[in-house]
Amino acid sequence: MKRNSKQPLEIVIPIKMKDFKAGGDGAARIKQVLQKIGFPPDIIRRVAIAAYEAEMNIVINSLGGEIKATVSTDVITIIARDYGPGIPDIELAMQEGYSTAPREIQEMGFGAGMGLPNIRRCADRMTVESKQGQGTTITIEIYNR
Amino acid sequence: MEYFHSVRLDWSRCKGCTNCIKRCPTEAIRVREGKAYIIQERCIDCGECIRVCPNHAKTAVGDSLEELSAYQYNIALPAPSFVSQFAPRASLEQTLGSLISLGFDAIFEVALAAEIVSKAARRYLDNYRGKRPLISPACPAVVGLIQVRFPSLLDQLLPLATPMDVAARLAKREGVAASGLPPEAVGTFFISPCPAKITAARQRRNGLAGPDGVIPMRDIYGDVLQNLKSAAPYPSRAGAGGYGWGHSGGEKKCIGGPHLLEVDGINQVIDVLTMIEAGYLQDIDYLEMQACPGGCVGGALMVTNPYVARMRLRELTSRIGPRPEELPEAGDSLKPYSYLPRPALRLDPDLATALEKMHQVEATDKMLPGLDCGACGAPSCRAFAEDVVRGEAQDIDCIIVLRERVRVVAEEVVELARKLPVSMARPERGNDKDEAE
Ligand SMILES: Nc1ncnc2c1ncn2[C@@H]1O[C@H](COP(=O)(O)OP(=O)(O)OP(=O)(O)O)[C@@H](O)[C@H]1O
Ligand code: SF4
Ligand SMILES: [Mg+2]
Repeated sequence: MKRNSKQPLEIVIPIKMKDFKAGGDGAARIKQVLQKIGFPPDIIRRVAIAAYEAEMNIVINSLGGEIKATVSTDVITIIARDYGPGIPDIELAMQEGYSTAPREIQEMGFGAGMGLPNIRRCADRMTVESKQGQGTTITIEIYNR
Repeated sequence: MEYFHSVRLDWSRCKGCTNCIKRCPTEAIRVREGKAYIIQERCIDCGECIRVCPNHAKTAVGDSLEELSAYQYNIALPAPSFVSQFAPRASLEQTLGSLISLGFDAIFEVALAAEIVSKAARRYLDNYRGKRPLISPACPAVVGLIQVRFPSLLDQLLPLATPMDVAARLAKREGVAASGLPPEAVGTFFISPCPAKITAARQRRNGLAGPDGVIPMRDIYGDVLQNLKSAAPYPSRAGAGGYGWGHSGGEKKCIGGPHLLEVDGINQVIDVLTMIEAGYLQDIDYLEMQACPGGCVGGALMVTNPYVARMRLRELTSRIGPRPEELPEAGDSLKPYSYLPRPALRLDPDLATALEKMHQVEATDKMLPGLDCGACGAPSCRAFAEDVVRGEAQDIDCIIVLRERVRVVAEEVVELARKLPVSMARPERGNDKDEAE
């Protein structure tokens, strides 16, 4: 079982649409792994925020998908991928306060339109790719330095 | 780093039943050779194991009344929740008085210190512009949980001393004035609802003072009860607000103002801390957090049922004024500790090595059945996988892995049993190549 320690660790967590009960479990699991590896608290907090927002966006806005964390000693990459419906206008979606969340979602404490902007604030690099009808992939990189 | 812990195991009582291992919020307990043991670096003294143990094998070790003889003048510091255990059998003053019959010279109610802390907290919140919400440092089990599992939230702990420490410092000052003795001849003893406070008082840091000793509530319950009726009343100086700190929601009420939230019970606390770490609840100014159900009335060293105790405390405080007439001068008694992270969960101090170990944990976890049955002595298959990688357990400590291994060996044995010495062996028919052609 010897392995090159340069090889990054991969954790893949499937996310179901509208599964509010389990929403956040993926981010919590990623956090736990990072904590056991011993990353500094501020790095872990940034990952926790970004992963949680990305996860909840899949739960609320998509047909389901997965979160993949790739962990090496100097960079943590979170890829949140879903199967649709996609974001029609990414630039608009990235704006603070923009949200399409309906009333009942807002009543649950979501839909402030702060998720994507918060991810950007926590990330050292962030890309959003989306094809309408196909799905969205958000790539988040957080450097450990 | 060494940690003192008040939570201990009574070996003679422990049956190795594994009830406690799953309840521990920091996965600090393992069962080995039929007995539970506590991983010291991880324990936060929350007392969950004390509460859940059906054999009463988990205890808390504090000081006894005999320690009073080390001082010439002794002051009892009853926690605000203390009086809840004896109401309605006696008045507040009489309950305090019964402490005097146990050998104390004076009493300084922690509820009074709680009033001072509440006032200072209100002032601090009014001027605070930093990261929200601020979190109460009053429950040491919650602080320990943050140190071990949520270290990124340490800078959100309200930077004020806890009522217990403020009471100890002010009581010392008053005791010196009243007795004319030097400070080291005056003893201050906190009467504690929980093991967490015992530990907090023992782990003095930054040279800041706290109580000289902590006496578990449970240990003196009988003695107090016995003296209750005959005790001379001792004047109370605290108000209903300070006594409210003894149950969930009381601290919030005493501090006052909007956007304050109270959370009690260790699992609810974990839930809410997880939300805060993910950036939520920033509209809240202050979080009162107590590890015990119902707050300190539900402390693991209390005797009365927590809900009954809470009702009794409310009844009792409804008869006293909301605020004390006069608060003692706080001076520098509010000086807080700075709490450091306790990285007790990491697999290795070296990041690259820990990452390599996490690879192994993931691989080991995949081989396990996922039953979380506890027969291996670990709280979950996942925790067991970590133990294996840390070298603290072997994979065949898992009965399912062992059974699988036995099956493989058994099949090999059957296979071997069929074999004959070469001299006697005949070509097996079905496998004979010549015949198949
Ligand atoms: N994975 C996704 N698939 C489809 N649309 C999305 C996805 N993620 C975000 N969106 C769209 O972008 C909008 C803005 O997302 P953002 O996370 O910033 O805010 P929000 O989810 O509406 O509210 P908040 O995150 O503050 O609870 C969403 O309302 C939604 O219309
Ligand atoms: S809630 Fe109160 S009794 Fe329970 S651990 Fe915290 S301080 Fe102790
Ligand atoms: Mg969102």
